[in-house]
Amino acid sequence: MLIGKPPEIPSSEITPQNQYLNRRRFMRKALSTSVAASAAALGANRLAEILFPSISVLAGTKLETVQSPLTTTGEQLTSYEDVTHYNNFYEFGVDKDQPAKNAGLLPVRPWTVRVEGLVKRPKTFDIDDLLKLRPLEDRVYRHRCVEAWSMVIPWVGYSLSEFIRQCDPLPSAKYVQFLSYYDKRVEKWGSETSIFWPYSEGLRMDEAMNPLTLLTFGLYGEVLPNQNGAPLRIVVPWKYGFKSAKSIVTVRFLERQPPTTWNDQGPGEYGFYSNVNPSVDHPRWSQKIERRIGQPFYAQRRTTLLFNGYGDQVASLYNGMDLRKFF
Amino acid sequence: MKQPTLIALKTIAWLACLWPLTWLLWGAVTNHLGADPTATITFVTGLETLWLLTISLAITPLRRLSPRLGWLIKFRRLLGLFAFFYASLHLLTYVALYAGFDVNAMAADIAKRRYITMGVAAWLLLLPLAATSTNWAIRKLGGTRWRSLHKLVYAAAVCGVIHYWWQVKPGVRTPLTITIVLAVLLIARPIQAWIQRSKAQTA
Repeated sequence: MLIGKPPEIPSSEITPQNQYLNRRRFMRKALSTSVAASAAALGANRLAEILFPSISVLAGTKLETVQSPLTTTGEQLTSYEDVTHYNNFYEFGVDKDQPAKNAGLLPVRPWTVRVEGLVKRPKTFDIDDLLKLRPLEDRVYRHRCVEAWSMVIPWVGYSLSEFIRQCDPLPSAKYVQFLSYYDKRVEKWGSETSIFWPYSEGLRMDEAMNPLTLLTFGLYGEVLPNQNGAPLRIVVPWKYGFKSAKSIVTVRFLERQPPTTWNDQGPGEYGFYSNVNPSVDHPRWSQKIERRIGQPFYAQRRTTLLFNGYGDQVASLYNGMDLRKFF
Repeated sequence: MKQPTLIALKTIAWLACLWPLTWLLWGAVTNHLGADPTATITFVTGLETLWLLTISLAITPLRRLSPRLGWLIKFRRLLGLFAFFYASLHLLTYVALYAGFDVNAMAADIAKRRYITMGVAAWLLLLPLAATSTNWAIRKLGGTRWRSLHKLVYAAAVCGVIHYWWQVKPGVRTPLTITIVLAVLLIARPIQAWIQRSKAQTA
């Protein structure tokens, strides 16, 4: 298994990610000139993973965390195995088990986040600085996928609002857009779909500033496995899962609603808001019921809650809005 | 074909057709149906239905390739009935695990959701075929009428594939393989008929 959970390793012993990646790029480049380029390159990747498995080491690293009053209580957590091996991350394949197999290729270091658009001054943040910006909190959230399955996940991060304050957005900024990492040489599975990459998601500013919206670096007290959106993602627990963009490289502040990936793919199926709402059906299936992941087949059914059960914190964001129209 | 060979091949066909069911039952008992067992059961029974239907539709075009492949006909009923069996399991999964036996929810789904409408239509098309699969029914109906009735299998297979396309997300192309195979089989028939006609004319 590529993604393991090794014990805590001092950072001094971790092979610097860029060295490892350079090595891999070198091997790939060297091979690409050979005749059997594609087949051999695949073999080289495999070999590189076996010889230099350091790329996955970060995923097991413990994070120092503090408790949070915003955590969800009274739910049985979905197992680490299921949270990390049942993923939608189409850049690494459309099947649920593919991201866990393929996302090891994601170069999680060095990693920077570019902040642009309606800000005082565009900035670039390094992931290691972002990790230290605020204390990391343990936050258990229900996670409801638009495909009608759900999990309960102990995320690690801090409120996105804390980060946005560091970005100095202008008063004219009404929306924030998140762009995910995309390199078609790394994420070669992306082209198996007709989706236009990179993955784009967005929130209205007040949604982004809501304390529940989490800038997320880990789960189960450890650094995010790549397939879960390493090295940083957002988590918006009252919206369907696809609103929570993974592996973010660009944060853009805008006056108008940004184009978003699934909304572009099927505007009638995936709204910009996509708040969890049992009374607004997906055109192809009911959203009244969800299947809890990791339960036996006869015990999976759950009733879906409005705003995924976070109505007390977020319902006021949508006062006076027709949630059927703005689904 | 000799009787022992036929019996051996039939046994293999039975085992192959029962394998997905065995796998599902074993997985249900040992809790090894993956993170989302309901989805696994749905997917396996649905895909099995489509492949069995497609294989059963391949038999006639294959037989026409050579007189020595005539024995394949002895497997068509077996495959067709197993296709109906998995289609019924697929339907039952929906009724029990998705709809929770809620009749109102099912009625709303069938009316509102075109992929469910299409799936139910496919199953309803297979139903009379399964019901008239006995030798007695074939005799009772007479060959010509029985054959015309059983042409519904084309409609059922097409409905099944549309049902598959309509429930994957836009941009996802997983149903492509079965669509191509089915399309080739459907196109093969008129082409073979045309070749036979032109042969007959020249002869």
